Amino acid sequence: MPTGLFHSTYQDDEKIFQTVWLKCWLGGLLLFLFVGLPFIAPWLSGIIGFSVQHMANMIGIYIIGAHGLNLLTGYTGQISLGHGAFMGVGAYTSAILFMKAGWPFWLSLPAAGLVTAGVGMIFGVPSLRLRGLYLAIATMAAQFIIGYAMRNWTSLTGGSGGLNVDRPSFFGFTLDTDLHYYYLILVLAIVSTVFLKNLLRTRTGRAMVAVRDRYLSAEIMGVNLFKYRLLAFGISSFYVGVAGGLFAHYVLVVSDEHFTMWLSIQYLAMVIIGGLGHVLGGIFGTIFMVLLPEVLRIPTEILSNIYPNIFAIFGTLRELVFGLVIILFLIFEPDGLAARWHTIRAYWKLWPFSY
Amino acid sequence: MSPGFLYFSQLVVTGLVIGSVYSLGALGFVLIYKATSVINFAQGECVLMGAYICLWVVVDMQIPFVWAFFITIAFSVVLGLLVERLMLRPLIGEPLITVIMVTIGLATVLKSIVTLFWGTQIRVFPQIFPQEPLRFQGIVVSEVYLWTFGFALFFMAVFAAFFKYSRAGIAMRATADDQQVAQSMGISVKRIFAISWCIAAVVSAVGGMLIGNINGINITLADFGLKVFPAVILGGLDSIVGAIIGGLAIGILENLMGGYLDIYFGGGVKEVAPFVVLVVILMIKPYGLFGTVEIERV
Repeated sequence: MPTGLFHSTYQDDEKIFQTVWLKCWLGGLLLFLFVGLPFIAPWLSGIIGFSVQHMANMIGIYIIGAHGLNLLTGYTGQISLGHGAFMGVGAYTSAILFMKAGWPFWLSLPAAGLVTAGVGMIFGVPSLRLRGLYLAIATMAAQFIIGYAMRNWTSLTGGSGGLNVDRPSFFGFTLDTDLHYYYLILVLAIVSTVFLKNLLRTRTGRAMVAVRDRYLSAEIMGVNLFKYRLLAFGISSFYVGVAGGLFAHYVLVVSDEHFTMWLSIQYLAMVIIGGLGHVLGGIFGTIFMVLLPEVLRIPTEILSNIYPNIFAIFGTLRELVFGLVIILFLIFEPDGLAARWHTIRAYWKLWPFSY
Repeated sequence: MSPGFLYFSQLVVTGLVIGSVYSLGALGFVLIYKATSVINFAQGECVLMGAYICLWVVVDMQIPFVWAFFITIAFSVVLGLLVERLMLRPLIGEPLITVIMVTIGLATVLKSIVTLFWGTQIRVFPQIFPQEPLRFQGIVVSEVYLWTFGFALFFMAVFAAFFKYSRAGIAMRATADDQQVAQSMGISVKRIFAISWCIAAVVSAVGGMLIGNINGINITLADFGLKVFPAVILGGLDSIVGAIIGGLAIGILENLMGGYLDIYFGGGVKEVAPFVVLVVILMIKPYGLFGTVEIERV
């Protein structure tokens, strides 16, 4: 009986599905996501008191964005504090093209990604000459500048009142319920995950990791730093732009208040808590961050018997807990949930003969 | 003076005063960066905290402003020490992004604590400095502005002297220059880290108190703190002179741009102009006016 995975060829080592079991588990998960979850969602919602379908949709949307940021920050080592605003660019682009220019949804969504990629690359240009600290500040500036444009470019964005958006329709079929929209999000989230996973196995992906780990060595080995950093910015922004477009057509109104610095911080928190540089990290982190406020609601409701006005400060309380969670994770679990998952899995893989 | 020039001078003077407070904030920022190579994204929240503590002591505990000032400073010292000990020290040796993210987490926590205790309404300080405007050749400057400017200059001078002559200041500069060498000369780097966080918290709190006296304070004061980023980028991240000049320049620049461009962009140019300047500087002169250019050798 083998006590571990022993690869004898490179092809073996690079496989996504390393074992037959993994394929089975993944198949089971997909079956659950496509059939099981929509089926049990109404029942589950009744028990725990919030819409599970809505949560699943939000998680799906944010997973796409978090994958984007993870590619940039986790795999290429470029920190971005502007992804909240980039998501806004995507949301506004899709909303404007769909509502004002009358483009069909299947065109406006990729366009949202492309426009966002362009904007992201503009702010990524300083990354050629700048290292981590400076880049964090540059992208923070992007956040403020884009936020200002959203508020003040009234003729295009509708100012602080925001823009109303309709649900998209395909060939006469409108995705008007949360469940219909769920399938769209699910498919896109799966596509984005698979693309990210595969990208990392290519020359491009390996070059990005090399840039992250030791960029001087990477450059000496012939990796064009500027090209790959900019490419990372582009792909990353594309992801988050698509997430923005999906978000716009899901919540039906886009306004600058959705895409503040706070969202950028949340995105960073997602990938850090999930685990930088793990595809699973973006997924775990997003689930954690989206569910955290809902879980917080439970003690809040209990406490509201003692302190009746606790709901008034719920938003602030949530921010406080977010901040604390971020800090505690960084100090005690800096590799994130994905790393924890790997340790747990490794433990069980060889159980009970773990030595 | 012609009305156009008068308007211009008025904008410059106001910008200079606001800029002097930016300079103070930038000073705190550069201090931490120089000594510990950490970027503190919670700088704005330190400003906020200082302003609210002072307000609380003055208004709710009815203690005269002079004493409140010192109480606030004492509090900031404690805050700085706690932050350094509890959050930054466990992260020594961790990658940059972790450290940046921790200060962002800290910013969130501090901001929500302020909101929990004091709400989000604008609160005003009781009048400490007379509001009577002074006039020079038609330029109107209220007295509180002059006091603010004076205080800011005073603190800058104190810090300059501290770095040049005091033992701790020289040790800090040595640490900034080369941590290993400093350590081998018997300087406790950990202590230096603690001191620099203390000083940064104090400087920010002073900035908060000064600015609170001008406009009153609410939660958006934290965004004011973020304006130190354009200031330090303009001056150069690791230059103390640069922080001071950068702060003044950003103050003047944002006032001028706000004063002349608001009508074209529908208001609020002041809030965004410093960040536009920041991006432009990063593209053409990334290490600022006085910053050390990093040369990488393999």
